Amino acid sequence: TLRRVRSVAFPTCLSLDPASSRGDALAPGAENYNSHDALRGNQTPLPAMPYGADSLSLDAVRGGARLPSGPRCGGLRQRRPRRPAGEPSRPSPPPRAWAPLEAPVGVWAPLASITLLSFASRFYRLSEPPHVCWDETHFGKMGSYYINRTFFFDVHPPLGKMLIGLAGYLSGYNGTFPFQKPGDRYGHHNYIGMRGFCAFLGSCLVPFAYLIVLELSKSLSAALLAASILIFDTGCITLSQYILLDPILMFFLMGAVLSMVKYNSCAVRPFSAPWWFWLSLTGVNLAGAIGVKFVGLFVVLLVGLNTVYDLWELLGDLSLSLVTLGKHLLARVFCLILLPLVLYTAQFAVHFAVLNKSGPGDGFFSSAFQSRLIGNNLHNVSVPEHLAYGSVITMKNLRMAGGYLHSHWHLYPEGVGARQQQVTAYLHKDLNNLWVIKKHDSNTDHLDPSCSVEFVRHGDVIRLEHKETSRNLHSHQHEAPMTRKHFQVTGYGINGTGDANDFWRIEVVGRKSGKRIKVLRSQIRLTHLATGCILGSSGKTLPKWGWEQVEVTCTPYVKETPNALWNVEDHINPKLPNISLDVLKPSFPEILLESHMVMIRGNSGLKPKENEVTSKPWHWPINYQGLRFSGVNETDYRVYLLGNPVVWWLNLVTIGLYLLMATCTIVAIKRGAQLTVCVSELSEVLLHSGGKIMLGWLLHYLPFFMMGRVLYFHHYFPAMLFSSMLTGITWDTLLKFCAGCLSCSMGKRVYTYGMLALMLLIVYSFYLFHPLSYGMVGPMASDPNSPMAGLRWLESWEF
Amino acid sequence: MLGFLKQPVVVTAEINMNLVALTVMGLVNRLWALSYPRAVVFDEVYYGQFVSLYMKRIFFVDDSGPPFGHMLLAFGGYLGGFDGNFLWNRIGAEYSMNVPVWSLRLLPALTGALCVPLAYQILVELHFSHCAAFGAALLILFENSLITQSRLMLLESVLIFFILLAILSYLKFYNLQKCSPFTAGWWFWLLLTGVACSCAVGVKYMGLFTYMLLLAIAGVHSWHLIGDQTLSNVSVLCHLLARGLALVVVPVAMYLSFFYVHLTVLYRSGPHDQIMTSAFQASLEGGLARITQGQPLEVAYGSQITLRNVLGKPVPCWLHSHKNTYPIRYENGRGSSHQQQVTCYPFKDVNNWWIVKDPGMQQLVVSNPPRPVRHGHIVQLVHGITTRYLNTHDVAAPLSPHSQEISCYIDYNISMPAQNLWRVEIVNRESDTDVWKTILSEVRFVHVNTSAVLKLSGASLPEWGYRQLEIIGEKLSKGHHQSMLWNVEEHRYGKSQEQKEREVELHSPTQADISKNLSFMARFTELQWKILTLKNEDTEHKYSSSPLDWITMDTNIAYWFHPISGAQIHLIGNILTWASANVATLVYVCLFLWYLLRRRRKICDIPEDAWRLWVSAGGLCVGGWAVNYLPFFMMEKTLFLYHYLPALTFQILLIPVVLQHLTDHLCRYPGYSTGCPAVLISGDKSSEMMGFLVPAPALILGTLHYVPSVITLPCLAEENYSVNACTGLGKVNCSPV
Repeated sequence: TLRRVRSVAFPTCLSLDPASSRGDALAPGAENYNSHDALRGNQTPLPAMPYGADSLSLDAVRGGARLPSGPRCGGLRQRRPRRPAGEPSRPSPPPRAWAPLEAPVGVWAPLASITLLSFASRFYRLSEPPHVCWDETHFGKMGSYYINRTFFFDVHPPLGKMLIGLAGYLSGYNGTFPFQKPGDRYGHHNYIGMRGFCAFLGSCLVPFAYLIVLELSKSLSAALLAASILIFDTGCITLSQYILLDPILMFFLMGAVLSMVKYNSCAVRPFSAPWWFWLSLTGVNLAGAIGVKFVGLFVVLLVGLNTVYDLWELLGDLSLSLVTLGKHLLARVFCLILLPLVLYTAQFAVHFAVLNKSGPGDGFFSSAFQSRLIGNNLHNVSVPEHLAYGSVITMKNLRMAGGYLHSHWHLYPEGVGARQQQVTAYLHKDLNNLWVIKKHDSNTDHLDPSCSVEFVRHGDVIRLEHKETSRNLHSHQHEAPMTRKHFQVTGYGINGTGDANDFWRIEVVGRKSGKRIKVLRSQIRLTHLATGCILGSSGKTLPKWGWEQVEVTCTPYVKETPNALWNVEDHINPKLPNISLDVLKPSFPEILLESHMVMIRGNSGLKPKENEVTSKPWHWPINYQGLRFSGVNETDYRVYLLGNPVVWWLNLVTIGLYLLMATCTIVAIKRGAQLTVCVSELSEVLLHSGGKIMLGWLLHYLPFFMMGRVLYFHHYFPAMLFSSMLTGITWDTLLKFCAGCLSCSMGKRVYTYGMLALMLLIVYSFYLFHPLSYGMVGPMASDPNSPMAGLRWLESWEF
Repeated sequence: MLGFLKQPVVVTAEINMNLVALTVMGLVNRLWALSYPRAVVFDEVYYGQFVSLYMKRIFFVDDSGPPFGHMLLAFGGYLGGFDGNFLWNRIGAEYSMNVPVWSLRLLPALTGALCVPLAYQILVELHFSHCAAFGAALLILFENSLITQSRLMLLESVLIFFILLAILSYLKFYNLQKCSPFTAGWWFWLLLTGVACSCAVGVKYMGLFTYMLLLAIAGVHSWHLIGDQTLSNVSVLCHLLARGLALVVVPVAMYLSFFYVHLTVLYRSGPHDQIMTSAFQASLEGGLARITQGQPLEVAYGSQITLRNVLGKPVPCWLHSHKNTYPIRYENGRGSSHQQQVTCYPFKDVNNWWIVKDPGMQQLVVSNPPRPVRHGHIVQLVHGITTRYLNTHDVAAPLSPHSQEISCYIDYNISMPAQNLWRVEIVNRESDTDVWKTILSEVRFVHVNTSAVLKLSGASLPEWGYRQLEIIGEKLSKGHHQSMLWNVEEHRYGKSQEQKEREVELHSPTQADISKNLSFMARFTELQWKILTLKNEDTEHKYSSSPLDWITMDTNIAYWFHPISGAQIHLIGNILTWASANVATLVYVCLFLWYLLRRRRKICDIPEDAWRLWVSAGGLCVGGWAVNYLPFFMMEKTLFLYHYLPALTFQILLIPVVLQHLTDHLCRYPGYSTGCPAVLISGDKSSEMMGFLVPAPALILGTLHYVPSVITLPCLAEENYSVNACTGLGKVNCSPV
């Protein structure tokens, strides 16, 4: 059947003269325009192909029917946007000109070889260096926490770290390595399992990119170009070789894009098994991507926009009934919204179920949350239920991740309000968090057994005495240290004797006067009697003199915010009966919500400090500066995360090139230029497929410009994946276009040599820069004796 | 020849009495009793200080926006003969006799009044009926928040005026586009669009979003133009170039010209000098220029210099040292070298003087002829008063343990050698042999032994360091940061070899004269950058509110309160207008989506013309509302209700649009759903009236209730009336001041 297609078709790309091209096409053994020439140059030679197999690749693997990868879909071509029925449509293009490759060999062989290369490049020297590198100190540690089931807090969702923990567990790591700081030797601990897992996921990116580009452009050489860019990029290799979240994130991200592209090409046969398969796989991958890092939201956005566009096209298709449309809509809602949500929630369920022991993350969460954790002092404890005078308590701010009311012997420095004892909010448990409730007007010891128990009631005026220093909680009309419009809060008085500025009215939100105050449950507001201001925590961090604890102020603006509300957490009063706190355990939706609030707060808290040199988003695409993974000095084993500059600059140029080409094409079409069939096909690949990838790049790059948090170079890598795929598509299109403009044999040569040159360039540059990933020892690059001498092309590179 | 005798010269004037009436009403409404109260009202206290500085020609930096708005207000002061002598320190302070209150408030009031006819015109140009247009204008006219904001020396009404002007002129231009491109009128409106846009941006940066909206609309229209195949390529290109010129080049040029005027007018040094670089300061009259005038330009071996950190954050400061040493142990137990402290000191001081020394020679004076220091040279820096050498070594800095300590070397005869060689790297050099220049060169000092870079860490030292700022040697210099750059500010050639004489020399002021003038572009870039990056401390205000409060008007602002009579001015909206505007927006969005989805299924509920009208009017009004409202959600600064007013104006314009659409299409043709008839005769008089009549009750009710709060107060207060002015007004008004 392939032959028949060939003889009916007339190739238009290479020559505009049908006669000669037909002659070409029919001449037996005629050497046709062949993308595989490029392959033969530098890759494993392909098995000999039968006659006719080596023809042009523009549509070489057109059609899922011949695509051995993945389930088969009926569509021979990507669905075109449907035109509204009224408008005149362009005449449908003549039958396909280019016979497909001999499918199984033509697609499997390159796929297998790039996969092999990818795995080889990622697993080579995986165990080097045998010490903790860069952020391994965090993520390795968190993996250990999962193995030890200790609760911790991190700004990222749990999936990535859970998978690392699982990989470690399966490979025999016992969770005992402390991961204290970069440079610590692993010794006998088994870390290869975790690194190998990340490297495995990182290696999968290359075949994913290959398949995505192949599906979008239907061009084998474009796919190969994109894949080789990723194989030979030092940055991608380095990032995949260590225990980091990025390879996991990128795996899910590319998986989502791949399945999205696949289900788009199944659109001609909706509701078929492959269609459902790819659609739901997209949803699963989306859940994975957000489950690793919140940056996964960008790919959700990409898929979302793609789906909206898709539905819009379907809506315009008048042949579909409203019922069918409803089915389409429901299927997408189910697979792309509900399914990911369920999976995402499930991750958290596992997370909370696994981490059931108290650990370093407790203080970030509310009192009720902590009562879940084994080993926490709130777990299974029983405390007196109602506050009484003489009780010793700790008070926790109700802000998410708010601290405990705290004081210590240190005074406010000169020039910061009155020179009295500091009062702060402190996130950790400490003896200095303890306060004693006293009556405002008497200093009797309520714990004296002769006194009767007197409960504190809503609306009472009280005094809070700091247990360790015996100073009273005090406020006055001096400005607070950071929030200048609030009043300063201090510790004042000696042995509990102060002045009238130590009096506070205690109130419970939403309660009538005279009611008792409950531990944990009551939301308490403390109003300063003399000035009428309310005790609150501003959330700002104090400078060095305040030990970088959180500022506590008295706010004169009466607003209902959690900043100004507190609850009592610990409560010690030997004269009162204890009750169990099990009833307080929060429900799953509550802890889910709370952990998200804490994560968001943690993320926005990662602000760069003043005068700190930080990485800026505009540095990234130009490969301005990398990250030191390991080693500083000449004798160290140094690994430096830096993209292969040739590849990255090629990507950068390509983005400009793409924009130029797309603009020219789109204006030409708008001006009604008559395009040949071939050019119009190329332009469709360029605008449609390239557009999707370009959108992905934009979505994964631009939002960083608006982020206030600390940014790092490695944040660019998801965008870099898109940029590399775009490079494949753009150069393939450009070379084909050039080839189409020239005469037949000339055009073929231009195309072949162009692709060859690009690939050789990439391989050669990898040869130059590979020590960046695989480790450098010896003198720095500034030394002429160094193997990297002369390669430090930018002064900002630090190797 | 005498044809005019046969046929008389006829001048036909067409006056739209609606417009005249609206303008007059607007003027009366906004200008009446303008100089009441004769006291500082709310943000006048803020803008007033800049007006005073303009009057005195003193340079200032205001991070709230570009200078055009301040300039306009100052122009009012100039017309009124204001001399700038008033202390703007307190809201409610009585104006002294020299303050021309009326003329200071005139410009905002005039622009506020002109918004009324502009609103009318915009709706007419959008092809809505005159009745609808009249309704829109009336709604604007009687919106109390707009009235209050216009009658004071504030910038919102000016901003709204320029935004509306830009929209109107673009609409006029677009309507001319179809029949007569490249005529004088076409050019006029096109250029006016660009000018109005740049004025809006120049008043407040919020104007930028409307400008973007207009650019987007113009982009869409240009895209249609490109698709118009009846036009030749050349004419399409001409059209695009004309738009590019008028909508991009002209606004940029205008924007630059605002700064040009600003920098030309303000030539004296003033309170904000310190945040600017030395070079900038030297270009202002008085201040630094007086000191630096006539300094030698090239730094030579033996030069006496002060070094200022280029960053200027957290405060501008100079490299400093003094007799005191680092404490042997810090509070956290870490040790120090116990050598002489080196800090960054935010005040001028004799201890800020350093001498540049050639490591190979002993002398501390400039030879004749002077030997200039060039990029890459190795120097030693000698502290002028103590004659100790700037030194760094592998000891952790006091507050930044990852960096090296910088000290002035004291030889304790322990095994800690002096490491006091520094390489001078001029960062903004043009060639590698550049000479180190006073003020102009930004220099990095790289330590020769350890390649640490001299840097200001930004942290303040504790008590022992007198709270001066910490200086560190950053070992791994991660790229460029301004905190590592230093420039020479004061400079003279040292003449005395003897220590005593040198001290006397250091204490004496510098003199001589060469003046250095920066180019306008350099000054503009610096000022613009400072305006954008300068961050005022995050302040909380009693009347600050969040954007969500604005839609429902859950908030108000007490602008002014008379302590004796109890008369007040509040910024508060007309609740009926706000509610109906919200409803209109909601209805618009719902209907739009409905039509859009149905049209996709080839079901046309309204004719093509009406649809186009609906899209263009909605795109402008809802789009204008969105771009002026949504960005506030991402802003971190303190926000007030008045920030919503530009967005509200667009929302108000939408009310009659929606009403007329409802009466024309939905009320008259209830069953109209099939097919697309080519023409639909637009509604007759009665339906057009609906556009006007429906808001009428809102107007009447609203004005009855709220207008007194701003208008009648003055006259009542004049009669020395002491009853609480709030009596009988809406409940929200009564919140205590």
